[in-house]
Amino acid sequence: MEILVCVKRVPDTAENEIVVNSKGTDIERGDLVYSVNEWDNYAVEEAIQIRDNAGGSVTVVTVGDGDAEEILRREMAMGADKGILLSDDAFNGSDGRGIAAILKAEIAKGKYDLILTGAQADDGAAQVGGMLAAMLDMPYASLVNKIEIISDKVIKVGREIEGGNQEMSEIDLPCVLSIQTGINEPRYVGIRGIRKVASIEIPVHGAADLGVAADSVGAAGAKVKRADYFVPAMGEGAEMLEGSSDEIAEKLIELLKSKGGIK
Amino acid sequence: METALISPAKAWVLGFIPTMFFSIIIPIIGVVCFTYIIAKRTAPLVRSKPDPRLNSVPERLANMFKFAFGQYRQPRYMMAGVLHIVLFAGFMILSLRSITLVILGLKDGFILPGLGGAAGQVYSVLKDIAATAVFLACVVGMVRRGVFRPERYDVPKKYGKDHTSEAVFVLMLITTLVTCDMIFEGTQAAAQMQKGLHPEFLLPGMGAWMAAGILSGANLSVLQNLHLGSFFLHNLVFFFFLCFLPLGKHFHVITSIPNVFLMKLKKGTIKPVQWGVDEAKLDELKSFGVKKFEDFTWKHMLDFYSCADCGRCSDQCPANAVKRPLSPRFISIKCRDYAFKNYPIRGEMTPKDEHLIGSILSEDEIWSCTTCGACEAECPIFIEYIDKIVDLRRGMVDEGLVPQSLQKPLKALEKRGNPWGKMEKKRAEWTKTLPETCDVKLFENGDEARTLYFVDSITSYDDRMQNIARSTAILLSAAGEDFGILGKDEKDSGNEIRRFGEEMLFQDIKSHNTDAILGTGVTKIITADPHAFNTLKNEYTGLPPVEHISQTITRSIRDGKIRLKPVEDETKVYTYHDPCYLGRHNGIYEDPRQALDAIPGLKRVDMLKSRDRSFCCGGGGLMLFYEPEEEQRMGVMRVKMASQAGANVIVTACPFCLVNMEDAIKVAGLEGKMEAVDLCELIEMHLQTM
Repeated sequence: MEILVCVKRVPDTAENEIVVNSKGTDIERGDLVYSVNEWDNYAVEEAIQIRDNAGGSVTVVTVGDGDAEEILRREMAMGADKGILLSDDAFNGSDGRGIAAILKAEIAKGKYDLILTGAQADDGAAQVGGMLAAMLDMPYASLVNKIEIISDKVIKVGREIEGGNQEMSEIDLPCVLSIQTGINEPRYVGIRGIRKVASIEIPVHGAADLGVAADSVGAAGAKVKRADYFVPAMGEGAEMLEGSSDEIAEKLIELLKSKGGIK
Repeated sequence: METALISPAKAWVLGFIPTMFFSIIIPIIGVVCFTYIIAKRTAPLVRSKPDPRLNSVPERLANMFKFAFGQYRQPRYMMAGVLHIVLFAGFMILSLRSITLVILGLKDGFILPGLGGAAGQVYSVLKDIAATAVFLACVVGMVRRGVFRPERYDVPKKYGKDHTSEAVFVLMLITTLVTCDMIFEGTQAAAQMQKGLHPEFLLPGMGAWMAAGILSGANLSVLQNLHLGSFFLHNLVFFFFLCFLPLGKHFHVITSIPNVFLMKLKKGTIKPVQWGVDEAKLDELKSFGVKKFEDFTWKHMLDFYSCADCGRCSDQCPANAVKRPLSPRFISIKCRDYAFKNYPIRGEMTPKDEHLIGSILSEDEIWSCTTCGACEAECPIFIEYIDKIVDLRRGMVDEGLVPQSLQKPLKALEKRGNPWGKMEKKRAEWTKTLPETCDVKLFENGDEARTLYFVDSITSYDDRMQNIARSTAILLSAAGEDFGILGKDEKDSGNEIRRFGEEMLFQDIKSHNTDAILGTGVTKIITADPHAFNTLKNEYTGLPPVEHISQTITRSIRDGKIRLKPVEDETKVYTYHDPCYLGRHNGIYEDPRQALDAIPGLKRVDMLKSRDRSFCCGGGGLMLFYEPEEEQRMGVMRVKMASQAGANVIVTACPFCLVNMEDAIKVAGLEGKMEAVDLCELIEMHLQTM
């Protein structure tokens, strides 16, 4: 089975303090560290497991600048066979539809049975998977937490529904799935693994290679434009607890007790 | 000379077979079988990884005399230890006698060179005593193993069958050996008395003397048959025993003396990924760590062979005590059985290309170890566990088999140099709340100083542990040290990164820190974190001398640079908890205690398990993130031990111990009754301002 996984390089929320910059145009990026979007990492692990059981290959693709290569290598160290970087100045400032259009152009050049995306990105809006499926005119299932391969034509996918219950659906291949965290336990990628794939060439495809009109993507083609970033004003009833961790915990318990949250 | 009985070298059986025939054939078959078995046993060692162990021969010989021949660690378990010493000493003495007996079957009246005359008389008495003592020790041993069945020897179901029958069987073999000799000598003496000849001297009260007494009334033909029968039974059992040894846990009789000679000499270090491969060339290795059995070094395989199944390691293992799925003893036993199965004495050798993890070992088993070293401190024959565990972890890391709970901190260490993923620039934030009188220089700002205070991650970032940093800084100031910190240029020391098997990340971090430290031009490093202390001192190279703060404190007290005021609360009873990486791994037991005792009026008690038997708090570094399967926390057991010792304050000298102790006090419901404090904090509280 030929599997393509769309991945994204994002500021790691666990290892950064996210602060909006003074102009309100973006977050402060000076001290950020980046990693592969967590959902995407689960998707790649799932793709590798499917490949190991059913054969085929796993390709990881991302839209980004030169720095994005590092996450492709990390996923290749994990076990993906191939990486493709989609990079062009014209892609900068793309909205979700723009990203989906770029990915679609790359996917149309190959032949994939299964296309996976993360359900969402740490810095995203969970748009790309669905739009990509629509553009490719492929069936789509979102928030997938279970995949069973039935044949090379059809697979079963699961989704968690309210109350911890599980829903299973059949879906024809080729299709697009957006993957939920927890579908598996992604393997560890060590420094050694990354070094092993350090010299593998990663092809870079630009707008011209993909046959994408430069003005249909990027900031020029974006129909959704980011207008502002700000820290919401503290509303009524919002109370910031201050002090050491112990003191905060103590105050929180008191508050919860007084409001009947805990007894 | 007239002899009372026909000797084994001259007798006949059934009138036509000379007994000499048996005297020749038994040793030949025995030696051939033994050689064949040993050759088979060395087969896996030949396919193993290299392990240079022949350096520092004088030190190794000294260790061998102290720990192997001197049985130095045996009395740590008094009853079993004394029994073992008796058996071992008996073996040493009786081995000469056994050799004599084998040759006596060929050459009548044979005496070992040097054992003629007075020396022979002395030896004869000595071996009478030895044989009798061994006999008694075996009887006591059999009763102990068979009737009282100490818990330490139990084999939990998941680890296979009980080992008692093998132990008792071997004790019976030994008993048979010494009894045969007693009868052999006793019959001779009885016959001599009956014939009015002057009997050889037998020490009254000993086994041979008793045999002579019991048999004194038996007629000569009975004595003759017993004489020859016991002789050949001895030789038969002797060679059977020799060949039986390499088939099970009694292999240690042969391997443990060399095993002690070949022990690991450098404490506090982890073996390189592969001996003989330079750190700079690690990238060229195809595989990391131990995955299949043959990835172990030959010495580690010898460890498996040498394990005597005494269970002391697991008896001391804190992971085993809290019912984590780890028992060091069974790491050895399982691996030994696996080697025996794949390299059988008879039949084809079938080395398997399978991972040990998932076949005989489990992931959780190998992650459960805190590397506290209690097992290694206890093993009478110096079997290593930490290096094996780390090698197995290296194999798992290489395969991506790392629990999710550890992946996040490892990634944060890679990205930010600390397991919480906190910002590098905030590493020195703790200094902002220092009193104005205490000035901490920052090398990142271009400050200069003679001493580096290496803070390490937890003390830099954890709200509670930052207090240790502040106390340390105040103490260093008081002691007149000219010191600074690296600030954002400091990364985690990496002690646990290495011990959790992520060697390449450790190498990266080590080289970063080494450059940063050498760039400051300091002539001394001081740290209050024993984990940092251990790796900086033992695993980094080219650094100035490294000291733990407890050493600095004790020296400063001695030099009069620090003076301490008396304790205020006299109801407090202090106990010192030895951190594994300060005590067992680096031998620092006295400095912290001396520092405590320097506080006037301080009442201090030691816990039953202290110094090299200290009980791990639960583990530091990455172990704080691991979520083990366990019935209770190690820390909870530890605070209860402190309570039993009559203490109400636990003093530690390690930030991780403090985290675990403070948590454990809450979990154990001992809040208000027990408290934990770091040595630096306690000394700082009692600092006499001059």
